[in-house]
Parts: sequence; structure tokens; C-alpha cells
Amino acid sequence: MAGLAAAFGSGAMTNSIGEFEDADLFFVIGSNTTAQHPLIGTRIINAVERGAKLLLFDPREIQLAPFASLHLRQNFGTDVALVNGMMNIIIQEDLYDRPYVESRTEGFDELKALVSRYTPKVVEQITGVRSADLYRAAVMYAQADKAMIVYAMGITQHVTGTDNVKTLANLAMLTGHVGRHSTGVNPLRGQNNVQGACDMGGLPGVFTGYQRVNDPASVQKFEKAWETTGLNTKPGLTITGMVEAAHSGSLKALYVMGENPLLSDPDLTHAEHALGNLDFLVVQDIFLTETAALADVILPAACFAEKDGTYTNTERRVQLSRKAVEPPGQARADWEIVSELLSRLGCCGTYPDTESIMREINALTPSYAGITYRRLASGYGLQWPCPNEEHPGTVFLHRDQFTKGKGTFLPCEFRPPAEAPDEEFDLTLTTGRIYYQFHTGTMSRRIEILEREAPQPVLEINPEDAKRYGIRTNDLVEVESRRGSIRLKAEVTTRVPRKVLFTTFHFAESPVNRLTTSAFDPVSEIPELKGCAVKIRRCS
Amino acid sequence: MARIPTICPFCGCGCSMYLVVDGGRVTGVEPSPANPINKGMLCAKGWNAFEFVHSPDRLTKPLVRKNGVLTESTWDEALDLVCSRLTGIRDTHGPDALGFLCSAKCTNEENYLLMKLARSAFRTNNVDHCARL
Ligand code: SF4
Repeated sequence: MAGLAAAFGSGAMTNSIGEFEDADLFFVIGSNTTAQHPLIGTRIINAVERGAKLLLFDPREIQLAPFASLHLRQNFGTDVALVNGMMNIIIQEDLYDRPYVESRTEGFDELKALVSRYTPKVVEQITGVRSADLYRAAVMYAQADKAMIVYAMGITQHVTGTDNVKTLANLAMLTGHVGRHSTGVNPLRGQNNVQGACDMGGLPGVFTGYQRVNDPASVQKFEKAWETTGLNTKPGLTITGMVEAAHSGSLKALYVMGENPLLSDPDLTHAEHALGNLDFLVVQDIFLTETAALADVILPAACFAEKDGTYTNTERRVQLSRKAVEPPGQARADWEIVSELLSRLGCCGTYPDTESIMREINALTPSYAGITYRRLASGYGLQWPCPNEEHPGTVFLHRDQFTKGKGTFLPCEFRPPAEAPDEEFDLTLTTGRIYYQFHTGTMSRRIEILEREAPQPVLEINPEDAKRYGIRTNDLVEVESRRGSIRLKAEVTTRVPRKVLFTTFHFAESPVNRLTTSAFDPVSEIPELKGCAVKIRRCS
Repeated sequence: MARIPTICPFCGCGCSMYLVVDGGRVTGVEPSPANPINKGMLCAKGWNAFEFVHSPDRLTKPLVRKNGVLTESTWDEALDLVCSRLTGIRDTHGPDALGFLCSAKCTNEENYLLMKLARSAFRTNNVDHCARL
């Protein structure tokens, strides 16, 4: 988010899912698309079958690999160096879009100076990608007419996550692959309303529509609408900051709506201690999650099928979902619970239904102003920005100019991962998702057929490493990092390269986040869930 | 039997689907045939998205911890406690002793209201959501 917003003025996916059909090339990095976003994965495969090219960067042999024109298996955490190397080749070979760079961007000279140090030789040393392959990748991307960059958590969950994103934005601007149909920089959001939670101001520094809490005009607008004065103008803590503050004792109470931070948080033991340290924890959820089990008050909530409301998907499309059945027992919709709290606390506004809440959002949020229930009820959703009721919505962003005017090149140096393997902890563990389970498993593990397909976590290990440690498929192994250890079954496979282990974070019985580090990106404060140094042994 | 338009609760694709409702229970899922995102398709997660809805271990009553044990309570008691404890902590330790986590699984309207609760009722900007993880 932070990386794209700095370069373009908006952190959202620039283009749309429908545009995948017309692209000539996909540059997929840090996204196991077929597992995490199955229907987008299908679109990429269909496009490849009609002749589009797929340029895949992933250390693992993921399901998309057989469809790739070129699959580069870079070393873990070296994406910035890799993409800088591509840009260097593109500039050296004069393959960049000069008119676009001159008319629509700023900062080219700084970019050129920085990437010139990333010669193919240097890049090969850092990333393990051979010069010839790097060259092919650079030429393929630069020469494609319509190229879409697609990425997910594999890019952002690093200490250099923001740099990774800025570097991808640099590449897209350099080649003029943004602001047109079937191009752009396209982050795929992991859960169904990540985009919406951000759009609605579920972030420490902004109200709805990214209006800053320290911008006097925005503050005034919200104070007027909320019939109040004296709103706090200092940006607050991120979740990472809140966990720290709970740990140190300055955060006393936490209100958690529909999340299970205990299982999704990095360095689980640390998070557990932090939550245990609170004076008061409220959890509003549909199941007794690991986090809820620690709560002082649990408020039973309705699930998606039991309430009205809108969700904003990864391509900025706001869609209306309707109530199908009543919630069980006394459970209530989250909006009803919070609206009751608002009125008990004397805040303005009464909300008989969700449409009345959307009207308040429309009035306060320029990009959502035209997104009304009346329009949503009769179509297939509306993509923001949608500034008025006549506006059809926006398929792709940055058409004639960037949201912020000129796009800014933000060149970044390569920085190694926070925790490199050493003599004792000699392997890198990376985490991800699998097709049959979802996030922390709160919902998907209660679905019988998904649970049957993928009932337990496995640890993927390369045959060479497996041989060294005397490990065979189905052996029970113990994986240990500086923070803790877990036990799980091994699967020996060439899907992972040497020195790299892979597993998922869906399963509470072997919570991989007991191992991961809470080192985080200094800008986005997204933790480095994607890698930590570990050692392994076979359990006897 | 009714077919109600909903959005898949899982990944960020936002596939559109109908829940088939019979006798007050969700009995099946049908992908929206014309929606431009999924065009009549769903993945395995989407096809089975309704199964957890009627799970026997859903939370059905407010619970309040009493003498260390989570105990069944009423809405009135639970919400009273939430208001008084949060207000008390704010009055003693200041607004930034409170934190609020929005949800990438809840609706826009719900996230908006929770953000409003944090900022308007309690004067804190300690608002975030887990999806940056
Ligand atoms: S059906 Fe599958 S691809 Fe579509 S939103 Fe649900 S999880 Fe994502």
C-alpha cells in the first residue's frame, strides 16, 4: 500500500480482473496465484493458452510454473536486486518508454544512477539468477505491448516489503506499463475485504478514502459530520505497534472485530504475551478463536450469510451482499453491535440498516460518493473512484495522469532479509497459503471437504537437504527457530529449492508463527512473515 | 426456496454467488453466471463457503469473564461492561491506551462504524486491521 501510494498517489490495484483477458504478458512475483486467488490464477492460465506470456519469479515450483515462458527462482528476499537488474538492462539497451518517462514521471536520473550499479554480474551474485535469464526477462517485459505486474503477500511480507513494491512501480513506469488497459501494478488482496477495510479508514493515519487524520480540512469535515470537536490529529499505532505497546504496558485495552491476530501475527509467543498483558480485551467473532479464548468479553457476531453489507474486492469493486438467513442464537451483525455501542456512548447517528451507514460513507468519501445501494442492487458492483451517481466507476487508474500528478521513481537499494541463515540456523523457512485452506482456518477448517483434502500441515524440503538430515516423506520433523519450535510431517520435493523450507500458516496445531520473526518493514510495519532462519531434525 | 445474492467470504477476488436457502438454512451455493469476475465459476473454497455457517460451534451468546472463567451473559450486561471498561481506561490512561482492530472479513459499513467508534467516541487513532500481516 505505502509503496504504491508514494509512487502513484494511490495504493490500490491499478487495473481490473477483466483486463487479464487482453494482456500480452504477466509478470507474476510473490503470488502463488492458483492457490491464493484461484479464479485469477485460472484467468492467467487461460490467457497463456491463448498465447500470452507468463514471466514467473518464485523460488518455489508453484502450480503456475509449467505455464511460464520463463520461471526464475531467485534467492529468498532478493527481489529488489532482481528488478533493479532488469531496469538497468532496459535502460542500457534503450528499451524504456522515453516519451512516457519524460511526460508523466519524475526522478528518472536518480533511478538511472542507482540501477546502473546492478549489473548482471552483481545481480547474479545476490539473486542466483543467471545473466542470460535476467536479460531475457528484461527484454520480454519491456517489449510486451500490454504487460501486467501481479503480486501478493510474497512481495509485501518482507522487511523490504515497501521497497519491493516501489521497485515494481519503478519498472512499470519505466516501460510505460501503467495507466493503460491490461497493464499496471496489481496487488492481489488476500481476504475478501482487505481493500474495503483500508478504504473505510481501518488504518492509523486516515479516515475513509485515505483522507488524513492530520489534514485540517478533513478533520473539520469529519467533526462536522460526527457532530463533535477535538478529534485526535496524531496518527495512531499500527497493529505491530499495538502489540509492542501492549507488551510494554502502555496499551491497556484492545477491541478486536472479526480477526484472529493470535494465529496470523508473527512471533506468536510474543503476541500471546502481549495480549495477556492487556487489562481488557474484547473480541467480536463468529467462533471461539485462539484470540477470543483470551478475551474478557466475547460478542457473538453474524457471518456473511446473516447480514447485509458491501465488500470491496481486490480490483476496487464494491459489491452488495444480502442477508440470507438469521444468525444463530443471540448472535448479531457486527454493524448492529457497534452501532449500539455508538449510541450508548452518545455518538451521533442512528442506523436502522446498512444502507443508512453507506449514505454517511457516500457523503464523507469522494471516491465512494456515487456508490449507492440503489445502484449496487441492480448491477455487478462499482469500482472506485466513483465520484457521483452518474459516474460509471473506474476500470483502471492513472489514465492520463497519476492520482498524484506525476509518477515518482523511488529507487531502492537491495537490503538483505532480517534474519539470514547462519551456521546453527542454516535453512530459511518461508510460509504461504494452500488452495484448500484459508488464512487462519477459522472458517475453512470447519468445511469438511476442504479439511479432508488438506487435513494437516506439511513441511516441504528439497531432496538434497532431506538426504543430509536423513529425512524421508511422512517423517515427523522438528523445525526450530530462535523463538520456538513446531513439529510436523515432512514432504520431500523439488518444489522448494535447496536450503529453503516451506509450510503454511492455516493450522493451529502446528502454528508456524511460533517461529517467524516480528522484524518488520519500517514504513508499512508489515512483518517479515515470509522468511526466518531455522534448523531441522527428524524426531525419533 | 430462495436464492440470495452474496459475496464469497474468502479471497480478494470477490466472486459473486447465490446462497440457496431452504427452511431457514443455507443448503447450497450457485455462482453468479453473469458477474464479470467469476462468470459462473467458483473455486473449491467458494463452492463450500456456506458449510461453516451452521457449524455447531458458532458463538451464540455473549460471554463475560468472571473469576477467570468465560460465563454466559446478556447483551445488556456485556455491552455495559465494554462501555464502562473502555471509558474507564481512557479516563485513567488517556485515549491512546485503547486500540481497535477492524476486519478484512467484515463489511465496509462495519469497518466504517468501528473506525468511527475509535475516533469519535474514544479519540484514538489506534485503528488498524490484520491484513497488513
Ligand atoms: S470462490 Fe474462490 S476465487 Fe472466488 S472469491 Fe471465493 S475463494 Fe476467491
